Formats: sequence, structure tokens, C-alpha cells
Amino acid sequence: MKILKEKLFQVITYAAALFTIASLLGIIAGIFGRGLPFFGKVSLPEFLFTNSWYPTHAEQSFGAWALIAGSLAVTLGALAIAIPLGLGSAIFIAEIASSRLREIAKPVIELLAGIPSVVYGLFGMAFLAPLVRQWFDLDSGLNLFTASVILGVMIVPIVSSLSEDALSAVPHNIREASLALGATRAETIFKAVVPAAKSGIIGSVLLGFGRAIGETMVVLMVSGGAARIPGSIFDSVRPLTSTIAAEMGETVMCDLHFQSLFALAILLFAITFVTNLLSEAAFGKRRHG
Amino acid sequence: MVNPQIQAFGLNLWFGKNQVLNDIDLSVHTNKVTAMIGPSGCGKSTLLRCFNRMNDLIPETRITGKVTLGDRDIYAPGTDVTGIRSQVGMVFQKPNPFPKSIFNNVAYGLQVQDAVKNRSELADRVEASLQAAWLWDEVKNRLHSSAMSLSGGQQQRLCMARALATSPLVLLLDEPTSALDPQSTAKIEELCLELKNSVTILIVTHNVAQAGRISEYTAFMYLGELVEFGTTEKMFTVPADKRTEAYLTGVFG
Amino acid sequence: MKPRQTLNLAATLLLGSLLLVTALFLLLFLIRMFSLGGSVLSWEFLTTGPRNAMTQGGILPALVGTLLLTALAMLVALPLGVLTAVWLTNYGRPAWLVRLLRIAINTLAGTPSIIFGLFGMALFVNFLGWEVSLLSGGMTLAILALPVIVNNTEEAIRTVPPEFRDASLALGATTRQTITRVILPTALPNILTGAIISVGRVAGETAPIMFTATTFFAKGLPSGLRDDVMALPYHIYALMTEGTHPAAQVPIAYGTALVLLLMVLVISSVAIFVRYSIRRKRQW
Repeated sequence: MKILKEKLFQVITYAAALFTIASLLGIIAGIFGRGLPFFGKVSLPEFLFTNSWYPTHAEQSFGAWALIAGSLAVTLGALAIAIPLGLGSAIFIAEIASSRLREIAKPVIELLAGIPSVVYGLFGMAFLAPLVRQWFDLDSGLNLFTASVILGVMIVPIVSSLSEDALSAVPHNIREASLALGATRAETIFKAVVPAAKSGIIGSVLLGFGRAIGETMVVLMVSGGAARIPGSIFDSVRPLTSTIAAEMGETVMCDLHFQSLFALAILLFAITFVTNLLSEAAFGKRRHG
Repeated sequence: MVNPQIQAFGLNLWFGKNQVLNDIDLSVHTNKVTAMIGPSGCGKSTLLRCFNRMNDLIPETRITGKVTLGDRDIYAPGTDVTGIRSQVGMVFQKPNPFPKSIFNNVAYGLQVQDAVKNRSELADRVEASLQAAWLWDEVKNRLHSSAMSLSGGQQQRLCMARALATSPLVLLLDEPTSALDPQSTAKIEELCLELKNSVTILIVTHNVAQAGRISEYTAFMYLGELVEFGTTEKMFTVPADKRTEAYLTGVFG
Repeated sequence: MKPRQTLNLAATLLLGSLLLVTALFLLLFLIRMFSLGGSVLSWEFLTTGPRNAMTQGGILPALVGTLLLTALAMLVALPLGVLTAVWLTNYGRPAWLVRLLRIAINTLAGTPSIIFGLFGMALFVNFLGWEVSLLSGGMTLAILALPVIVNNTEEAIRTVPPEFRDASLALGATTRQTITRVILPTALPNILTGAIISVGRVAGETAPIMFTATTFFAKGLPSGLRDDVMALPYHIYALMTEGTHPAAQVPIAYGTALVLLLMVLVISSVAIFVRYSIRRKRQW
């Protein structure tokens, strides 16, 4: 009886673990199962490298390059905001701030990481976009720039909390050694501490990249939505995620347009998967040591 | 050799490729205190943990030879390991009460083994165990407060009470006083002398004087081998082996 | 002052100002949310449904929808996640399966939420025929929350000192008894605070539920698992993009956003506060 209970418990936990693995396999199967047939009709190079996304025209075409470019542009724009702000904040909190400020800052950052993206989207759409339009005298404030700013601020907590962890994990004697050699605090930070925390910082940036490129609501609401390659930072763009979200409602189950959106999802999944692997590798040695 | 409680025959143990115990033969006498001494890393704690199969928890452990409890081979295939552990209690180096109440700590072994029928029997056994560990008077008014509120010495006696609750045949003590102050240490030593009337005690200690104070038999181990085993009196006066003599006189520690 | 010290001061000021800019932006964001959202907020706003083509009235169906979706997701994800973490930390064999599970958890954790939405649509809505419903959305969110709960539970279990496990096993307890009587109770506060933080995250997700659970307008409250529902995050999005009377609907969107924001922030800050005080109080 005792042995039976023991086995049963083990089997239940085992089943839960298998279920977790199965959900990933299910996602892969679900996305690839619906997306791969698309490539029977449109070639991969045409999909990736041509630039004409007209899924609803009579003469359909599925060149996703403008969407990929849109995703990359918004994500790089977001990183351009998030890296200086996030890393700067992390360095200040970890190296310069008093322990009192640190104790307040850490939970606050954690709290900010939980703000729903749709709320940021609302803020971007209803507050920032009109301002941007006014300041730069544009036709619309819903563009690459506004989306990048909002998305950038949104991923600051990710970049900064993980970078802060990496900086705090640097052994104290490295700082002492540098200071004892007559280095100033800034020299110690930028020549000794930051290099020692390099892999963790890179990992946090990669994680921020993955989060930004996969984010849907902010870009759906704020980026404008024109499927063309942006020529300026004030152009409207249409990233992968917002294309999927915006067009899914217009499709007919299992038609070519429907499949093309799953093909976009495969692409998105592949990008975030690789990003994940890279950030794992960057964190790897430190975390599972 | 009268009535050995635990015996090891040709016991070898490897952690991965590293041989930690080398051909150990040992007989532990019933209701006596046996001390195991030797320099750190000699394998004395590992040997102790062979007697309740706690080494099983360390991955890549390999054991050959035989260990018996009474006349049972405890490494025989199909052995109920939890059954062995309910007959062989253990107290660890660092006091490790659960973050539960004092009462629930002592009751734990009885509960997991379904050893009591009802609430009042449980209460009686808990009280008896706390009495046996000389802790009852200190805690009887706060049985339901956290065990973490006790002092280090009290915590260690609580761990003794917890191990005694299921009436084990053997009590394994793995350097039980190394984290304690001298007063608490003295109390635990006295307790051992009292307890040996009802339970066989095997104590690992790095403190030679402690072995001299409380044990009737002593085993000296060095580099994974059992160098010498005999009565404490004989070993401390006329050690048979040069290495024992060197260790006892403090040439190496 | 020597140039090196000037540089030192400049660098310190720069780093401080980056933190300040971040803080100010977020402060502006919060002030904006609270002032605009707060002006709409009222008891009636929380307890009535939308009226007059969403230009008036409250958000009760969306509030209830979000609560139900979140509860359903956690009801499924919490036991599954905790058991998975128990397997990972206590059984965890064979090694290749552990590796596969870790890959699965890390990949799930990094997968964009819109992909969970597509998956939920493909599996629950279409394949299993549950249609756009509370059930489909709840399951989709459960899978989204699963990796977070596994990771958090594993971390919580790993903070339980191995001495407790040793003591329990040495007393003749089985592995199961050790897990259920010592390890999980000791780790419980941390497991729960982590779970509560993920409740906040799940409640705020939009992309996974927009094809699986939500509707722009529901007349009343859902009457069963197979009904489609309104939800706070989707309500904000819908008001901003599908609304036809922005002057009346943008304020409602702000009010909805404030309710969602308060819900998430209050839930998470309670959990975070509890966790920090557990860490400070820990006795082992």
C-alpha cells in the first residue's frame, strides 16, 4: 500500500512534467501544422525576401520582408531606448546608490515589469502619439518612433533587473582591487565591474530583444500598421506580431492568408527560440553552475 | 564479541571513481556506545551513513560487501529502506529541526510510519521521547511553538528526541556536538551514557577526548580504512597500530 | 579638479540621470493613468455593464471575465506547475528528460504571447471545438503561466535546506512523505507569492485571449465555461481601435486601464512585499 502510494505520487509528478513538455510540442505542432502548408504555395525566399504583403488583393502576394523589417526596426529602436536607460539605471542602483535606494528600487522594478502591455499601448496611443505628432509636425503620431519609445520603456525593467543581478554577482574583491590600484569609481565600474558582468548584461539585452520582438499589443496599437519598409523613424510600420493579430480576424479558416499568418508565427517562433538559446548561453555558466 | 547489533563485512564504497571506504569489517555491540574517530576525510561519516543507507541519496555511489542489522542484510535487493531507517535513528552535525512546532517535530517519525493509533498515544510517545532526551521540562509549556525558537543545544536534543520517538534499535550520531557550546556538549554526552541502556549508539566525533569520555568501544579510521577497533580503554592506553598512537597523541589531526 | 575626477563625476551624473529619466517617464505614465482613469472610476463603473454602444456605463462583465479567466488559468497551471517542479527537483531521471523539460520550460517562457493565442485558437477553439470561450482562453493562459510557475516553484524548493530532507528520510519517511510533509510546506510561502505575481501577469495578457476567449461586447455575465467573455485588457484595446466615439470611449479605456493596473499592481506588490519579509525573517 505504502509502495503503491509512493509510485502513484511519482507517476503523477512525472505526468505533469510530460504535460509541460507536451505543451511545447503541441505549440510547435499547432503552429507548424498550419503554417508549413503555406510554403507549398509560396517559396521561402519569396516569403522572406520580397516586399509586397497583399494577402487580400485579388492578386495575392506574401512578401513578408517589410513586416520583418518592421519588427526589427521597432525592436532595435526599443533597445536603443532600453539599453542606455536600463543599463544606466542598473549600474547606478548596483554600484552607486545607497543600499536604502537599492532596497526600494528592486521591488519597484519588479512591479513595473508586471504592468500589462495593453496599458502601455493605451498610453502610447492616447497620450504620447498626439504629442509626437505635434512636436515633429507629422500627419500621425502612430509610428516607428512612438512605438519604439513605449516598447523601450516597457522592457527597461527586464534589462535593468537582470543586469543588476549580473553586476551584483561580481565579487567584491574585484572592486577593491581596482580601487586599491588608484582607479576612480567610474573607472572601476567601466573597466572592472561591467566587463566582469558582461555575459549577464548581454543575456539581459538578448532577453529584452526577445521580449520586444514578440510583443504584440504595443506595436498593434502604436506603430501605425503600414506594411512597408520604413524610410524614416517617423514612418508607420507593421511588425510581425501586429500583422498576425490584426489580420487573423479577416481570414477564412485554413485559406492561404490564414496559413500565411501561421507562417509568420513560425518565423517569429524561430527568432525568439534562437534569441532564447543565445541568452541562455550568455547566462548559462552563471545560473546553472 | 557478544551480540553484535550492526556488522559490516568487506564493505567498500565509491563516490564515482573515488574509493572512500576500503574493505571495512566492523561489529557494533548492542547497547554500548561505539565511537568512530579519525582525521577529517577518513570516511567515518560515510561509514556511519552506510548503516541507515543515507549514502543512497548521493548520486553515483557504489557499494560492495555486506551490512547487517541484527540478522538482516540491509543492502539485500528489495529491502525496504524506509523500514531500515525507522529502526536506525540519526542525529546530524548541525541541528536540523523542521520549521514546525516542537510537538510536530517529535511526532514526525511516528506519523510518517503510521506507528500510532490515536492522538493520545501520539502525545504520550512525544512526551516520553522528550523526557528521554531531557527536554521535556524545558519545553512542556510551549510544545506548539516553533522548534526554531529553541537554543542550539536544545535543538540538538530535540533532534535526539525526534530520532528516539520511533524506538530505534540504533542511534547514529554524526558529530552531534561540533556546532554546540561546551555546556550543551556536556549535556548531550551525559545523555548518551543514559540512553545506551536502551539503544545502541554509534557516534562519529573529531574530538578524541569525547570518545574517551563516553564510549566503550572505539574505531579508528584513516584514509578509508578501519585501522583499529577495540575497547576504548585498551586503544587509549596501548594502541596496537602506530597510526592510532600518532593520531591519539595529536601528531596529525 | 583633475580630468580623471571630472570624468568620474560626469559618469556618475550621467548614470544617475539615466535612472532619473526612467523614473520620471514612469512617474508621468502612472500620474496620467491615475488622473485620467481616476476621473472615470466610480462604484457604478465597476458594477454595471456598458451602455449606449459602449459610450456609457461600466465594465462589470470585463472585470468578471478577467477574474474568471485568471482563476481558471491558475487552477490548471498551479498544480501542474508545482508537480512538474517536484518531479524536476526530487525525481528528475533520466537526465535527458530533465534536459528536454528544461528546454521546454525555457522555450515556453520566451515564446511571444501571440503564439500562445494562435496555439489556443488552433487546439482549443478549432480542434477541440470549444469555440471562443472562457474555457479556451483559460487553458491558453494556463499554458502561458506554466513555465513561470515551474521556474518559480523550482527556485522555492531549492531554497529548502537539504538538511530538512535528510532529517526526514533518516526518520524513515518516504520520498513522497518528505515532499508533501516537509519540502512543500517549507517552500509554500515562496511558491504562493510567485504564483500570485504570475496571477498579475496572466490577468494583464491580451494577445493570448483575443482569438480564444474574448468578445467586444457581451450582454451579461458569462453563464458557463463555453460562453465567450469580455476581459479588461481586450476591452481597452477594443475601445481604442474599434470604438466609433473616441471622445466618450477613450476616458472609459483609461478607467478600464486603471482598474487593470490597480489589480495587477496591488496583487503583485502584496506578493513582493510578503516575499521580501519572508526572506528577512527566515530562520534557517
